[in-house]
Amino acid sequence: MIPFDYHRATDVEDAVRTAAARPDAAYLAGGTNLVDHLRLGITSPGLLVDVSRLPFDDIDRLADGGVRVGAGVRNSDLAAHPAIRRDYPMLAAALLAGASWQLRNLATTGGNLLQRTRCAYFQNPATPCNKREPGSGCSALAGWQRHHAILGASEHCVAVHPSDMAVPLAALDATVRITGPGGNRGVPLTAFHRLPGDEPQRDTVLDHGELITAVDLPRMPPTTRSAYRKVRDRASYAFALVSVAATLTVTDGVVRDARIALGGVAHKPWRATRAEETLRGAAARAESFRAAAEAELAEAEPLPGSAFKTTMVREALVSVLTGLAEGRPR
Amino acid sequence: MTGTPPTREPGHESGRPRERLDGPAKVAGRAPYAYEQPAEDPLFLFPVRSTIARGRVLWVDTEEAAAVPGVVAVLTHLNAPRLASRDDLELWVLQDDEVRHHGQFVGAVIAGTPEVARWAASLVRVEYQREWHDVVLRADHPERYRPDHVNPSFDTDTSLGDVDEALADAAATVDQTYRTPVQHHVPMEPHTTVVRWPGPADLGAVAMYDSNQGVSPIRKVLAPLLGLDPDQVWIHSPHVGGAFGSKASPKAHHVLTALAAHLVPGRPVKCALTRQQMFANAGHRTPTIQRVRLGADRRGRLTAIAHDVVEHTARFKEFAEQTAVATRTMYAADNRRTTHRLVPLDVPAPVIMRAPGEAPGMFALECAMDELAVALGMDPVELRIRNEPDADPESGLPFSTRHLVRCLREGADRFGWADRPPAGQGRRDGDWLVGFGVAASTYPLFPQQGSSARIRALPGGRRQVEIAASDLGTGTWTALTQIAADALAVPAEAVDLVIGDSALPSTVGAGGSSGLSIWGTTVVAAARAFRDRFGDDPPAGAEEVGELPENTAVGRYALHAFGAQFAEVRVDAVTGEIRVPRMVGIFDVGRVINPRTARSQLIGGMTMGLSMALHEESVVDPRFGHVVNGDYAEYHIPTNADVGDIDVSWLDEPDPLYNPMGSKGIGEIGIVGTAAAVANAVWHATGVRVRDVPITPDRLLGRLR
Ligand SMILES: Cc1cc2nc3c(=O)[nH]c(=O)nc-3n(C[C@H](O)[C@H](O)[C@H](O)COP(=O)(O)OP(=O)(O)OC[C@H]3O[C@@H](n4cnc5c(N)ncnc54)[C@H](O)[C@@H]3O)c2cc1C
Ligand code: SF4
Repeated sequence: MIPFDYHRATDVEDAVRTAAARPDAAYLAGGTNLVDHLRLGITSPGLLVDVSRLPFDDIDRLADGGVRVGAGVRNSDLAAHPAIRRDYPMLAAALLAGASWQLRNLATTGGNLLQRTRCAYFQNPATPCNKREPGSGCSALAGWQRHHAILGASEHCVAVHPSDMAVPLAALDATVRITGPGGNRGVPLTAFHRLPGDEPQRDTVLDHGELITAVDLPRMPPTTRSAYRKVRDRASYAFALVSVAATLTVTDGVVRDARIALGGVAHKPWRATRAEETLRGAAARAESFRAAAEAELAEAEPLPGSAFKTTMVREALVSVLTGLAEGRPR
Repeated sequence: MTGTPPTREPGHESGRPRERLDGPAKVAGRAPYAYEQPAEDPLFLFPVRSTIARGRVLWVDTEEAAAVPGVVAVLTHLNAPRLASRDDLELWVLQDDEVRHHGQFVGAVIAGTPEVARWAASLVRVEYQREWHDVVLRADHPERYRPDHVNPSFDTDTSLGDVDEALADAAATVDQTYRTPVQHHVPMEPHTTVVRWPGPADLGAVAMYDSNQGVSPIRKVLAPLLGLDPDQVWIHSPHVGGAFGSKASPKAHHVLTALAAHLVPGRPVKCALTRQQMFANAGHRTPTIQRVRLGADRRGRLTAIAHDVVEHTARFKEFAEQTAVATRTMYAADNRRTTHRLVPLDVPAPVIMRAPGEAPGMFALECAMDELAVALGMDPVELRIRNEPDADPESGLPFSTRHLVRCLREGADRFGWADRPPAGQGRRDGDWLVGFGVAASTYPLFPQQGSSARIRALPGGRRQVEIAASDLGTGTWTALTQIAADALAVPAEAVDLVIGDSALPSTVGAGGSSGLSIWGTTVVAAARAFRDRFGDDPPAGAEEVGELPENTAVGRYALHAFGAQFAEVRVDAVTGEIRVPRMVGIFDVGRVINPRTARSQLIGGMTMGLSMALHEESVVDPRFGHVVNGDYAEYHIPTNADVGDIDVSWLDEPDPLYNPMGSKGIGEIGIVGTAAAVANAVWHATGVRVRDVPITPDRLLGRLR
């Protein structure tokens, strides 16, 4: 058996104290990603601090009308929650587009945000990978690139973040609530995941011992329409080639507000701020949507094997926005 | 196929849609698969695998692994017991320091739990001397050669008339190259084996619980390798969770586990390959590069058919898939040729997989036929009908039965082919581009030899029927019981079938869609002998053995099954995503013994064909020589959501010449032609011709109207 210590945390404080005291500790939630990695030899923590039974599995209304989602809430419970289905339908849609029922029953909100890339070279300890073993090289750069980044990558890593859930969360301006050895903090979801730069081993800004306790969703204006569109190789149970989460507020044919995030294109859920800026105040029609998509993708730098994603995400985005403007979200 | 079948009167079992006899036990978890068989005080094996594609093992450091508590032994080429035969290098496990492919077994850990074995295996350090390797198939590869024959014993090349001249004179021609990638079998049950050496006193020198396609053929190869006679090896394999060709012959893990078992006398050693390991250690299908040339006159009569195939084999073991062989039978044309060339590469050994030959070969031929129909401005169903041969085009033999034209016509009706918009102008439904496609199917009937069965009378009018046949999840338990019931003139409830054990009368493995045909023929022969000797009221204990008679149709008739498949495809004009909401398959497969299990087989086959069309591709990394997407998250097969309505039917046309049941094989024909029907429908929907499978969204994107 892979030798490691195991501690079932009794509360948040106990979890953080225990993990912070051991540099080789890792939190264990649903285990659907971490346990795979243990088996495959991708990581070998000396201590697992089990947070899957901590009482942070509630979904609560916040005073400002937003919603607080506990880090331990299972993906299937979150997708089925009435408040989420009514107020944040694109989040529910994204969750249901991910993985399988069995996995979603185990997967947690915190674990989903922290799931690691599915880059096939990262997943295989026999091949060099800067993310798994800093300095060993990036096998994807001259390898199989079909699932890799077109935005924000570096010469050290071209991996993408695989989460569906994180894409609408980025568009929604969610905040990640964190408790660490030094106290509590909140980080905007868009600033939570990192770009690879020259430290691809770091997926997020989380420091060792810091525990995600919740994700806060701001209130959604009731007039806003939203949609999540996932493009994939098969109809179910496949990671996104690309995905689009978007909200659109239109009055009198003019875009008042748009929030857009893209999945499958970068090392983090990609908030499309340039597209949003282009859209604000523009006529709500296909040409504006295309211009917005093109503004966002102007700096795309795909690899030969991922070049199709630029077209795919542009077309998906134009289609989603057009659908929202026409009142037929798809 | 509806209604509850009567169960009492004897003699009418054949054709009855009996539910699976093994179903309740399987659903309740009471049908033990190899790994779940009772094994007392077992040890567990986990392999150590090479991380290079070619070279030598310089040294192995096993110290750290051996020191892990619970580890019983660490096996390497330095301490492994010796094998008796070097004939098959795939099975020459831990006998030398050579690395012949990425992921090859270079060691193993045996321990008291699977977890300890796996952990300790990761601590074995191996240093290699790397050699240059090549895993990339190219049509113009300098090492390309002509094999002596193609699997199992077909001519490598055939040629009739003058193809070039006929093409030059043709009114319409097609000259295109089609490609299929490396594919893996990915059965639900991984490759597992449990070996005890020596076995329990009454069971033989070596006793195995094993997941395989045939205990007799597996033992015939393994025994001499282990320096034993076949009857010294006992193999038990009553239930198998899928195989698709990957469990037809022994694999390296059998040998590795046997070697390990030899080191720990009398203790069972259990091995289950992980999903990831199955991408290097359980066989695969060769990629193919296929050039197809067709020529036709103005009326659509083919004048030339040429099918030239390049595929790979392992450098250390030849396997030549018979990719162009179906082309020899499909359509009439005076001028024709087929060729097969192999490129030896540093890859694991390819092997038979789901309609080897027909599945990739008919993808190419049937897409080319579609392209020819377009060139001629002709309906592709009609084009095929016009080229129906009177006799087998190359051998000149008459067909035992051939009802392809009926399949095409009746299938077209069932599908609503007449509603198909004109070629190249599929319908549009919102963002969806909708198209129809058709392709023909065929599969040969393989006559085999060497099969026997025993019938024994039990008290109370029951009969025990013994034969070392296999059920891979396909329905053998049920259908063979039905054949035996009719042959013995007793109700199926009175038959106790015993299969999956090497102590039973030996027979062929499940393969070539011929299992039920061969086993059934053997059981019928044994039943005849039994009834001739004992009549229909035999004393309990009466016993008779029967042998498979020689097939007198072989050499006098061309023996094949046929079919036609139709697909409706929808392509998302925005993203290139492809959906197949419905398919129709109609088959000429002789008499159907059990419509329920037959239907499952054909639906399963068509689903595999759909999988080939849209999903399956093992991506090989030329630098490392491994399969990059080697797990089930990335190696896609269809999910339920990908499989639409599949309408399966068959003609009621027994083939009395091939076997006494009048049946033909049904295991693989469902796979053949599906990928072409889908690709042809994609073209019809979009105007984009994709000649490489799988057809993924990126291959269409940016080319859509
Ligand atoms: C076959 C397969 C297909 C999948 N398909 C999809 C898909 O299509 N879309 C998709 O989005 N996802 C998909 N997934 C991924 C799945 O969503 C994740 O595995 C899951 O969300 C991880 O959650 P978990 O609770 O199991 O995390 P764990 O595996 O327990 O943990 C993951 C990581 O998060 C850390 N962690 C967990 N909780 C906390 C916390 N509260 N604070 C700090 N750190 C924490 C752990 O230390 C670990 O590093 C798939 C997974 C599999 C296996
Ligand atoms: S892309 Fe990133 S994760 Fe993938 S091999 Fe390169 S460094 Fe590793």
